[in-house]
Amino acid sequence: MTPVLSVRNLKVEFPTRRGVLTAIDDVSFDIAPGEVLGVVGESGAGKSITGTAVIGLIEPPGRIAGGEVLLRGQRIDNLPPEQMRKIRGKRIGMVFQDPLTSLNPLYRIGYQLVETIRTHSSLSESAARKKALSLLEEVGIPAPDTRIDAYPHQFSGGMRQRVVLALALAAEPELVIADEPTTALDVSVQAQIIALLKRLCAQHGAAVMLITHDMGVIAETADRVAVMYAGRIAEIGPVREVIKAPLHPYTKGLMGSIPSLAHDSDRLVQIPGSMPRLTAIPSGCPFHPRCPRAFVPCPTFRPELQPEQSSQVACWLYHPFPVTAAAL
Amino acid sequence: MLAFIIRRLLQAIVVMLTVALIAFTLFRFVGDPVNMMVGIETTAEERAQLRQDLGLNDPIVIQFARFVGNSARLNFGNSYQFKTPVIDLIADRFPATMELAFASALLSLLVGIPMGVYTALHRRSWLSNIFLAASLIGISLPTFLIGILLIFLFPVTLGILPSFGRGEVVRIGFWTTGLLTASGLKALVLPAITLGLFQMTLIMRLVRGEMLEVLRTDYIKFARARGLTDRAVNFGHALKNTLVPVMTIAGLQLGSIIAFALITESVFQWPGMGLLFLKAVQNVDIPIMSAYLLLVAFIFVTINLIVDLLYAVVDPRIRIDARPA
Ligand SMILES: Nc1ncnc2c1ncn2[C@@H]1O[C@H](COP(=O)(O)OP(=O)(O)OP(=O)(O)O)[C@@H](O)[C@H]1O
Ligand SMILES: [Mg+2]
Repeated sequence: MTPVLSVRNLKVEFPTRRGVLTAIDDVSFDIAPGEVLGVVGESGAGKSITGTAVIGLIEPPGRIAGGEVLLRGQRIDNLPPEQMRKIRGKRIGMVFQDPLTSLNPLYRIGYQLVETIRTHSSLSESAARKKALSLLEEVGIPAPDTRIDAYPHQFSGGMRQRVVLALALAAEPELVIADEPTTALDVSVQAQIIALLKRLCAQHGAAVMLITHDMGVIAETADRVAVMYAGRIAEIGPVREVIKAPLHPYTKGLMGSIPSLAHDSDRLVQIPGSMPRLTAIPSGCPFHPRCPRAFVPCPTFRPELQPEQSSQVACWLYHPFPVTAAAL
Repeated sequence: MLAFIIRRLLQAIVVMLTVALIAFTLFRFVGDPVNMMVGIETTAEERAQLRQDLGLNDPIVIQFARFVGNSARLNFGNSYQFKTPVIDLIADRFPATMELAFASALLSLLVGIPMGVYTALHRRSWLSNIFLAASLIGISLPTFLIGILLIFLFPVTLGILPSFGRGEVVRIGFWTTGLLTASGLKALVLPAITLGLFQMTLIMRLVRGEMLEVLRTDYIKFARARGLTDRAVNFGHALKNTLVPVMTIAGLQLGSIIAFALITESVFQWPGMGLLFLKAVQNVDIPIMSAYLLLVAFIFVTINLIVDLLYAVVDPRIRIDARPA
């Protein structure tokens, strides 16, 4: 079955005064229909940029400098702007981190829903309003027929994120990119929103790219998980494998630093050092300066993402050592 | 909403009383009002009588209360120069200033807003750069210089458009308007540009800055992610949010346009209140000065009030009667 989304060797660059920064380098992954792919990694790893590149909203002068993005096998990264716009919202929905600022404060939520629905369909005003009502009902807004005429500031954060979900799902997209959809919310409502996201996407048959810092959410929600480091994927595989038996030393460190997941909670492992800046990404494997198991090839040769067990991992520990190159 | 209006009204009254106090101080203590009103041949008895009649021997608080009461009834006394009621003099000049101010404000909005939007949406285009460079000139050149340059360019060099006066006016009730005659309209062009240019560049830069800010917000990003057309995003979502703060400033600018009109009025000999005020200053005609002060303050406060109310209408977050969440 063709994946809903295929990202092939994606590279995103930001030209700056101090030279060109490569925020995403050679990132490849697939998302199957109905699948939830979790994306984790430290702050600045390139998670949001990856999502933004997929939906075609990288702010100029930033640009996709290489690779391809395929939606159901069809290239979308080189579409003319107007065609890409028609895909946004219609085939790929996106939810951002902060529900408090995602809605235009000057318009009633009904207006914003109807506007979105009518942009992507030929429904009449009243039919679109009916659809908006049923969407609000679906995302669990109480008394939608009165709340539809409320302004965003009249909703709590959790309720606003429900409205945002309704907006993202308004045109039945095949893929929903959720960029830390609960980070800005109260802990008490985070779980509700994640459960809602998962249920809605399952019901509407939408695949999900779920970007988050919360490994607990990943463990409960995702089918597969991609671990990003310095603009690259370090490891990607079924969520159980990656959490229970991580392969990449970075993933091991990441899992070890999370109390609820550490097998021996007395000894929380902290990865020494911090992620490199984009201006100074180390040669070879970008993780090698912090890696406890770095060896000969790591500082010089960049490991490719290669299959290992049921995952894929970019690490020389698992791949044949490049003898010819090392001999030089 | 009612409480909001009442609170704003009370604030407005406090401001007006403060200005009245200043105007009163000016009237009462800059020179002696009696000396200003009478000739040299007036006897000491007559002066004392006048002083008594004017109530200048009453306690100062009572004098101030009387001043406020009179001012509220538009009774500002007689002009020292013309010996006629100040209110008649002002009423005569008022339409000229208002027409000039509104023409300038309209010009600055109609040109400034589209230019600001354009330069925000097309940040890197050469036209934007030209607009921005031109706006620097508009901001840095003093009004009187712009006026003189325009007079030099159009009436003097090209021989078109009048360089002074208001042209023919038509009287409609108490109002005289220059908007209904060709010569009146022609006469309005240069003064309106002169007075409006500074505000126009200000509004353009304000709209541009505000719009760039709005374009960076999450709700614009989300609007794009929902696949809305560029038109809906830029003009439906971004422009509306841009205009909320711009409206406030533009409203307040109208007040300062009226206040600054006096420079333009003197350059173009425009028969408005500003010119009257300037002459009053030259002749220490305190009643006209204090009446002008009060009037301009009143206009400022009224505009402020209207802007606040409009703000509440446009921005639902400010409405006090918002339905509870
Ligand atoms: N407009 C830009 N210009 C230059 N660099 C940028 C720009 N936007 C993002 N970057 C850089 O790209 C890198 C990846 O950013 P991204 O927002 O994808 O990180 P992230 O993984 O989402 O982090 P977080 O968890 O904090 O959201 C960062 O180092 C960031 O500084
Ligand atoms: Mg991010």
